[in-house]
Amino acid sequence: MNGAQSLINALEAAGVDVMFGIPGGAILPAYDPIFDSKIRHILVRHEQGAGHAATGYAQATGRVGVCIATSGPGATNLVTPLADAQMDSVPIVAITGQVPSAAIGTDAFQEADIRGVTMPVTKHNYLITDPADIPRAIAEAFHIASTGRPGAVLVDIAKDALQKETTFNYPKTVSLAGYNPVVEPKQSAVLDAAALIAQSKKPVLYVGGGVIKANAAKELMQLAEITGVPVVTTLMARGAFPDSHKQHLGMPGMHGTVAAVTALQKADLLITLGARFDDRVTGKLSTFAPKAKIIHADIDPAEIGKNRHADVALVGDLKNILRALNPATKAALAKSAPDLTPWLNEVYGWRSKFPLGYDKPSDGSVSPQNVIERIGKISGPDTIFTAGVGQHQMWASQFIGYEKPRTWLNSGGLGTMGYAVPAAMGAKVGAPDTTVWAIDGDGCFQMTNQELVTCAINNIPIKVAVINNESLGMVRQWQTLFYNQRYSNTDLHSKRIPDFKLLAEAMGCVGLRCERPEDVDKTIEAAMEINDRPVVVDFNVHRDAMVWPMVAAGTSNDDITVARSMAPVWDSQEL
Amino acid sequence: MGFTGVVMAIHTLAVLVENSPGVLARVASLFSRRGYNIDSLAVGPTENPKVSRMTIVLNLEGHALDQVSAQLFKLVNVIGISEMKDSDSLKREILLVKVANNAANKEIAGKHKAVISDETASTISIEAVGQSSDIEALLADLKPNEIRELVQSGLVALERGASTLADRTLSTMGTANESDPNSSTADYQN
Repeated sequence: MNGAQSLINALEAAGVDVMFGIPGGAILPAYDPIFDSKIRHILVRHEQGAGHAATGYAQATGRVGVCIATSGPGATNLVTPLADAQMDSVPIVAITGQVPSAAIGTDAFQEADIRGVTMPVTKHNYLITDPADIPRAIAEAFHIASTGRPGAVLVDIAKDALQKETTFNYPKTVSLAGYNPVVEPKQSAVLDAAALIAQSKKPVLYVGGGVIKANAAKELMQLAEITGVPVVTTLMARGAFPDSHKQHLGMPGMHGTVAAVTALQKADLLITLGARFDDRVTGKLSTFAPKAKIIHADIDPAEIGKNRHADVALVGDLKNILRALNPATKAALAKSAPDLTPWLNEVYGWRSKFPLGYDKPSDGSVSPQNVIERIGKISGPDTIFTAGVGQHQMWASQFIGYEKPRTWLNSGGLGTMGYAVPAAMGAKVGAPDTTVWAIDGDGCFQMTNQELVTCAINNIPIKVAVINNESLGMVRQWQTLFYNQRYSNTDLHSKRIPDFKLLAEAMGCVGLRCERPEDVDKTIEAAMEINDRPVVVDFNVHRDAMVWPMVAAGTSNDDITVARSMAPVWDSQEL
Repeated sequence: MGFTGVVMAIHTLAVLVENSPGVLARVASLFSRRGYNIDSLAVGPTENPKVSRMTIVLNLEGHALDQVSAQLFKLVNVIGISEMKDSDSLKREILLVKVANNAANKEIAGKHKAVISDETASTISIEAVGQSSDIEALLADLKPNEIRELVQSGLVALERGASTLADRTLSTMGTANESDPNSSTADYQN
């Protein structure tokens, strides 16, 4: 067989059932055996869509997402989704064609050094010029992407390696001298952590996306219930712990709840599980949780102490860590358990005093928060939600109740506008029986909506809510707060152009529009009834709505602003 | 990481890497994007043809050594890392310097036990091997305006004693040392 057939055999051996991609010259040999393969190939309209679809698939299913593209521009169009997946520790493998090996380095047609380009934004990558190396590279790529801290891996294959004759020999096991992730925590550290938990009077469980990656939500619940410690879930961890649980304080960070932000600030112990002390969570790092000792559990040793010193480091798979920590903590608490009542009264007091909320627009227009809240309520907790980046993303994280892991997919680390539609497509392919809503902004939607064509043609009936405030809303919010309402280049005019309803229909979707508050529920219900095609709802919303609470970038979490109806006076202009 | 005692900014790391294409670019790219400053980097083959060894001298002003080592160790092609401390390692550099051919310069070369490896009517090329301090002392004696051309290798380092980095790397396969918050040294092996 040739290298191309060997590649497809290897992908089948790796367990791939679907991939997203676009053919082109250098990858063309691989598309011939794809024609006969049992792997479903979904022909996207832009390689960025293929990459985010692979990410959405991976986030929804926990399996490795796969995308495939040709050399040069096909490959460079994958750079954003690769960086996005790597930042959010999502396991994806990208296959790219490369110009023939003899042409590499000659600035050949459609040549780009994609291995060099993606080196800083992937967990690892390969350039294959010998067909005999293809099965091993694929096996290693899937192993690296899915183990340890998951991430993005790219395999670039020269065209002649796809064309040459070879034999297919898929390795049974993968052994890499330089890659052996630690999965079991040190028992001594587990005992230290348990002892610290049993001593602290103001603990908080600071839960990050690693809990979802490790499929450790059940173990997290056990720890929460053993200890009674209040929980915050970061943007990447929404759904790791049920929003309806009495110990849940919501999301911390720049647009977190007052209770979550303040609990971290006042805590004497942060039990940090698969979180990375990101600047959007900590605010000004030097003033973050100043009195707290830190237990930091993570699969990635490089996260320990990267931003904040860890008093106890637990390196390993979070499921293993929690399986060890839970009984150890239970035993430690049995000996001496501090009374958490005063602390709990305090944090639950903040929660009831400062709930998330929003005001209805006084001009009778539609409230964006209300639209998102109602979609969450009507669609229910089994729904998978994706979001773009900006105000609508923050509202979707705040006003939808998440009860289960892998029901909230978004671009947390890289903050990639345009993530929602292709990620929803990938999620729907991975979970075809689940309702998938993309909560998108009108700015984001205009970056990647071409994948609705892919959805319409391939029977991928996602639902898209365009929260249309005819502006780049989050940027506009910052202009309101920090740039004297000088709205430089944030007005998209998208209530006039494009007409999202017509655009949706042109792409083979059902297009709906909602312009009045009294139509919100019935429009959502109408969208819920459509399951044979994608549906896009253009929600024309109030453009001055803002995301609250807010900790301005670079300032201390102590300076959180709760204002909901009026903008406070800000003196910081730090981006 | 815990800063215990005096934080030294200059560190020497010995890094065993797979001898695979692009590995130097991976290491260089990592240092660049994370803002770590390389003072010198020497890379070459080892006793094992599949493994190359890098000796990296880092100026870690503002960065913790454990964090740098942990980031480096995340590279799939990096097999083992060990800090080469002055007290328990041999460190050598090579200097080649072309200076004016005169008695004074020849005397300086002789004083520093350096070799004159090339000679023309107007120039001599002095070759010196030694610790950084030896090289610095030789250079200090040469008049700057007489130095025509100068080239230095990066520093290379080898642990004193019978143990080898490769031995420890292989013997501890699969038990990578997690970053210990109470330790300010870096020693990462797979």
